[in-house]
Amino acid sequence: MNHDNYDDAYLRDILKSVKSIAVIGASANQVRPSFFVVKYMVSKDYDVFPINPGQAGKQIAGAMTYASLAELPQSVHMVDIFRKPEALPGIVEEIFQMPERPKVVWLQLGIRDDDIAAQLEAKGIKVVQNRCPKIEYARLCGEIAWTGFNRRTISSKKPKLAKGFQHFGLRDE
Amino acid sequence: MSNREPGFDTLAIHAGAQPDPATGARITPIYQTASFVFDDVDHAASLFGLQAFGNIYTRITNPTTAVLEERVAALEGGTAALAVSSGHAAQLLVMHALMQPGDEFVAAKKLYGGSINQFGQSFKSFDWHVKWAEGLAPADFEAQITKKTKAIFIESLANPGGVVMDIAGIAAVAKKHHIPLIVDNTMATPYLCRPIEHGADIVVESLTKFLGGHGNSMGGIIVDGGTFDWAKDDRFPILTQPREEYNGMVLAETFGNFAFAIACRVLGLRDLGPAISPFNAFQIIAGIETLALRMERHCENALKVAEHLKAHDKVEWVSYAGLKDDEHHAMQQKYMPKGAGAVFTFGVKGGYDAGIAVVSNVEIFSHLANIGDTRSLIIHPASTTHRQLNDEQQAAAGAGADVLRLSVGIESVDDLIADLDQALAKI
Repeated sequence: MNHDNYDDAYLRDILKSVKSIAVIGASANQVRPSFFVVKYMVSKDYDVFPINPGQAGKQIAGAMTYASLAELPQSVHMVDIFRKPEALPGIVEEIFQMPERPKVVWLQLGIRDDDIAAQLEAKGIKVVQNRCPKIEYARLCGEIAWTGFNRRTISSKKPKLAKGFQHFGLRDE
Repeated sequence: MSNREPGFDTLAIHAGAQPDPATGARITPIYQTASFVFDDVDHAASLFGLQAFGNIYTRITNPTTAVLEERVAALEGGTAALAVSSGHAAQLLVMHALMQPGDEFVAAKKLYGGSINQFGQSFKSFDWHVKWAEGLAPADFEAQITKKTKAIFIESLANPGGVVMDIAGIAAVAKKHHIPLIVDNTMATPYLCRPIEHGADIVVESLTKFLGGHGNSMGGIIVDGGTFDWAKDDRFPILTQPREEYNGMVLAETFGNFAFAIACRVLGLRDLGPAISPFNAFQIIAGIETLALRMERHCENALKVAEHLKAHDKVEWVSYAGLKDDEHHAMQQKYMPKGAGAVFTFGVKGGYDAGIAVVSNVEIFSHLANIGDTRSLIIHPASTTHRQLNDEQQAAAGAGADVLRLSVGIESVDDLIADLDQALAKI
């Protein structure tokens, strides 16, 4: 995978196919990006599992928080990582020990480690680095354009309306 | 669509403008509404807290205006853009995001007269201070930088004199001192020059001019290049300090490489209020679709008119970077090889009175204070746009007593030449 420049189709396929996401480093602080992502992905009907030992047993943006990947009550399709780069090797170990490995590991904006990505890819796991799933979802469905954001994509198809007045979607349900 | 990079002309027509999600209307509708209803209280709270994307109130965002913003951001190669009520409003919002009381910025002397006033006079009320670079060279800008300097401001193609600035050279100075370079790209437009590719961090434009192109709608825009690292130090507190009104959010952390555009929107536009009308945004979107075609013709006509005037016996000099012997021709070839734009100045023999005689006698050229219209325009800067400047400032800005400024339109060029000839004959 070329981690310098992802095809929109690669990202769209990931965001359309995954249904459950564990967010490692999710924050309960409502102005932190790691809270925003949980809240946004919940609003897009993903099953979100915040991972934060300090918040375990409490809800973040309506989603129940767990202390670690090992404590999740079910398998997840994607693991989104909001941690410092030095925490990555330990997290990868935890991922490899999961009873059912995720299909996708997503490293947040500012986090990139091509060696880690290669280790994951060698096990058949798709990797996205240095991106935010909230931004990518909103870019590909079109919502982010309301902020004057340059989506770097053009289309003659109309955006897919989701529930409510001001929501677009990527997924079919 | 795959990640094939669309060409400029394709972006000018398609960027930002999918069919309307509710109706399938292919042309962007005019969302002429002040406000937008919320799904529920939680949705409203998410929008006010900047946690969700959506529209609240047209002062801050509007779906018609959003198409204009994305289109110009795409044409300039920026991460995001913010459209406002005028080019001057764009400059005000940029400086509001960068400057604290007592701060300074360095600007070129070769600027639109209105900008010289805004920077030199009005901004003083905010305790923001412009330092003018003595010459055009990067070293002239560096010489004015102090600990208080928060930005450098230039025009890519300067109004009125047809001066082409060394964008990359000045960008290197800005980078060395870790301050953003702001480029006003109004006269060149992204068709001729994309300043972000040469190192600019922020681009501002008057949309009223060539982008809208028809002289029918006021508008301005701020494009965030996404290139500046705001969080590197604490010199730009609006972006790096927790914002009380957003419960302690840090904009640079939350919005990354489009944080500057967001700051201008959710602090500047929200609180200072110079919003563009959705109707104006609609008109400008339509104008931009033909930007490339119009600029080609503007440049072709301007070059023919400039060559004609250069050989005219009533004309003392012509300052147009498109002329091969012009002092700015080499810079034009480097930064805007497709053309030198439509606006240039020339000096009439006979000074102030001769200048007045020409603007009074033209019949196709319109005597007015604008540029970048489909129709040809003429003005005598010393008696109009640059009137508030003293003689020395007028000369420094390229707007002395004998100077006439043309904005050459896209009419039949022979008619334009004949019109100038008959007016010059009456001096």
